Amino acid sequence: MSHNKPGDHRSHHSHDDEHSPASTHDHNHDHDHSHLDVIAVRVRSLQSLLVAKGYIDPDALNALIDTYENQIGPRNGARVVAKAWHDPDFFIWLNADATAAIASLGFTGRQGEHMVAVANTPDTHNIVVCTLCSCYPWPVLGLPPSWYKSAPYRSRVVQDPASVLTEFGVTLPAETHITVWDSTAEVRYLVIPMRPAGTEGWSEEQLATLVTRDSMIGTGQALSPSQVALA
Amino acid sequence: MSEVGVGSLPEPIATATATSAAIAAVPSIPHRDDAPVFQAPWEAEAFAMVLALHERQVFSWTEWASVLADAIFQAQQEGDPDIGDTYYLHWLSALENIVLAKGVGAPDQLQGLAEAWRQAALTTPHGMPIELTLEKSSKLFK
Repeated sequence: MSHNKPGDHRSHHSHDDEHSPASTHDHNHDHDHSHLDVIAVRVRSLQSLLVAKGYIDPDALNALIDTYENQIGPRNGARVVAKAWHDPDFFIWLNADATAAIASLGFTGRQGEHMVAVANTPDTHNIVVCTLCSCYPWPVLGLPPSWYKSAPYRSRVVQDPASVLTEFGVTLPAETHITVWDSTAEVRYLVIPMRPAGTEGWSEEQLATLVTRDSMIGTGQALSPSQVALA
Repeated sequence: MSEVGVGSLPEPIATATATSAAIAAVPSIPHRDDAPVFQAPWEAEAFAMVLALHERQVFSWTEWASVLADAIFQAQQEGDPDIGDTYYLHWLSALENIVLAKGVGAPDQLQGLAEAWRQAALTTPHGMPIELTLEKSSKLFK
């Protein structure tokens, strides 16, 4: 028996148990051996299969996880937007060939192969969804937030984008046109929010601090200088 | 919207004006802005396996999106409200489906491994890491 470390539960238990009907079975009464819930068994079985067949290398998987957990995120997209605000030629390039313009900053790779930039104007607000699953421009935004993957967002933003924007706290002039773009495995969109007023003469680095993830999905707007000062 | 320089832009899926907000009762969108990318280690592991298989050209992103969309639809049919917190469960189901569909593994191989992992848990003292050696798992489908 090894009851000497009662707190030493494997970290995935608390999460997996919520989803796993079979985790209620038998040996809760006696912890003299270990327990893997249904999801852990499925994940480990796949890993064993793919390792044994030579498709994956566990170390390479850990490197991938670290990259997406810690290194790739919306700060990349913020740099793209800040450069577009700062450099009119880059803005034109970004609108004409977003994939190449974004790649010029070093943001390339998985699920960013075919990028399209959609720029907000005083008349038009763009908002992005993936109605079927969760296609999202990973190289510039990282992995999607959970609401982006939720069924309510995926359906409501198409049917009634204005109410979704209201829910996200975005208020637009009444006559603003809202355009909804459906991401697919082939095309990923990046919204270029409007440059906030009062930022004349700002550097790219300063401008990037105003660009939020949501502003690049279209469920938000760029921060104003006063909002950043308060933060 | 302006057509200048955006000639190749695909068609938007919907357009509206800011005045058209309906006040109807609609399912709310879960806001969890500060949530970590992965809610549990297994989510990250399932995510990374898909990337690795794509890297090995086992499938294209288009194929993956289609299989993932099917898994999401299936879960919804089975009563999942699909508010985002079960997303990696869909991802895991899709991964199993595409592994089988592409012949990377066979159903009985996955079942055999699952049984081996359950047995490994039963024979591992509580608190110790549960392990299944490559040698052991490889035997299951030689």
